[in-house]
Amino acid sequence: MNKIFWSLAVLSVLAGCASKDVQKPVDVTEGKPSQPPVVATKPTVPPPTITPVKPPQVTGDPLDPLNPQSMLNKQRSVFFDYDSVIIKDEFKPLVTAHARYLVANRAQKISIEGNTDERGSREYNIALGQRRADSVKQMMILLGVQEGQIESVSFGEEKPRNQGHDEAAFSENRRDDIRYAGDK
Amino acid sequence: MKNKNLRYLFLVWLALSAHAHAQLKIEITGFGSNQMPVAILPLKGEEALPQKVTEIVVGDLYRSGFFKMVDSGGINPVPADPAELQYPTWKARGADAVMVGSVSPLSNGNWDVRFRLMDVLKQSQITGFAYQVAAPQLRNTAHKIADAIYEKLTGDVGVFSTRITYVVKQGTRFELQVADADGFGAQTVLASNEPIISPAWAPDGNRLAYVSFERRKPIVYIQSLLTGQRTVAANFKGSNSAPAWSPDGKRLAVVLTKDGNSQIYLINADGSNVVRLTNTSTIDTEPNFSPDGQYVIFTSDRGGSPQIYRVPAGGGAPERLTFDGSYNVSPRYAPDGKSFVFIQRAGGRFNVAMQDFVSKQTQSLTENGVDESPTFAPNGRIILYATEIRGRGILASVSSDGRVRQRFSAETGDVREPAWGPLIKSP
Repeated sequence: MNKIFWSLAVLSVLAGCASKDVQKPVDVTEGKPSQPPVVATKPTVPPPTITPVKPPQVTGDPLDPLNPQSMLNKQRSVFFDYDSVIIKDEFKPLVTAHARYLVANRAQKISIEGNTDERGSREYNIALGQRRADSVKQMMILLGVQEGQIESVSFGEEKPRNQGHDEAAFSENRRDDIRYAGDK
Repeated sequence: MKNKNLRYLFLVWLALSAHAHAQLKIEITGFGSNQMPVAILPLKGEEALPQKVTEIVVGDLYRSGFFKMVDSGGINPVPADPAELQYPTWKARGADAVMVGSVSPLSNGNWDVRFRLMDVLKQSQITGFAYQVAAPQLRNTAHKIADAIYEKLTGDVGVFSTRITYVVKQGTRFELQVADADGFGAQTVLASNEPIISPAWAPDGNRLAYVSFERRKPIVYIQSLLTGQRTVAANFKGSNSAPAWSPDGKRLAVVLTKDGNSQIYLINADGSNVVRLTNTSTIDTEPNFSPDGQYVIFTSDRGGSPQIYRVPAGGGAPERLTFDGSYNVSPRYAPDGKSFVFIQRAGGRFNVAMQDFVSKQTQSLTENGVDESPTFAPNGRIILYATEIRGRGILASVSSDGRVRQRFSAETGDVREPAWGPLIKSP
């Protein structure tokens, strides 16, 4: 038990360090209206599905992502600001929790699926979604996950979660989904 | 554009009810400034055919925007031979050229289709051909007649007998379709519940490369249009996308993320002999070969915003081509290699623009504001692209001088990701 506590504590410290490293601002353009830039960078409507990770109240193994009751099963999406690949603070515990599981389960593989909103070129959006997927991948690697456990891929704008065409929809679509090998 | 003088809303309904679900509906929304008056007389005997050949010829020529169709009605009997032509009649109707011809059944069940295009003033033949074809080829024969007339009267190569490909999204279903350049005869070559994007014609016109997400990641496939057989061209770790054929059809430029960020690689059609073409820590994507195969143009954000660059296909230092604006993407070479089209964002609106390689002058060609994926017709005179009308995805075309405009829409669903096929050299 003690061992686990310390390894989690170490991971948390690592996560703290890591988050600094992945917060390099990268210029991402996502079909953003070129003017006025100030309005565009701050969506007025907050993303509706974004909630901080809460302590899990679950049956079964709370740390098994394949257990439908587990936090790791329910919390699979990282949402991004407009024009950004930076993992926001509120999603770092989620990424860290998945990383911990993957460090403890070296045989488990995941794919991280990057997505963008619909504005702009489809192929360019594939590349932007890839950058988002790689952002979470890099954080996980810094947390000790082996590169061979992760495949980062992009769906670009092709698989929106919200089919709408407003900022509320766009903010749901700018995301990474974490998918475990073995998921249905 | 300066299209205020264009006449709008000339509707041409060509969809046959029997095949309406598989056709794109065409609407012409702008015409050329100089329209040559042409009379296309009915081919003698064509009323025996399920579809009159001259209706297809007239549709092609009319929609090109370069011709004024002179009334050819009220002539009885219909002349099948120039010797029977009353030239003063056609001069009086204002025609510069008049087409006559005939259709007759052959003993083997095929059809003989022949036409002559006559100069009304000189009373001499401009061009003429005879075709012996099976019934299913009659539509294509009509397109070839239109091509021959277009070529003689405009000096440009006709593209009526070429094909286009595009993706139709119906609810959650995606279909990659191939149709004649006029939107007829659409055939589904791939149907999937996952997205399909970026179809690209092989130079032989018999194969398509495209990106399919059917295996929960973008993978580049090549599919034969003759056999339907499909092979994987690029399925490396990460994303595989944006296929572009080399002009000799032997190599593909693709975007891979196997080494990290999105970069351009050259591969053989079977995925072998992988050579990295760009080397940055930024995004390099949307490659497209020059017609002579010497260069690849592509989109990169190495300078801080997505812009168009050009790199020698054998490797070397890329050169930036676009400087105006902060979002220039999706470049495609003109068939003569002298210019390229791309999507330019200005004031939050995405439009098709064209830039000359020598003068570096950029001309905006559309103003819909939601335009994507431009593709040149193989004669360089028309650019087909994806846009939206009332929230639905449709295709539209604009002539390279910005004057002639058409729209192609499906009965239902969104149409997107167009690619215009090559000229097929055949009689």
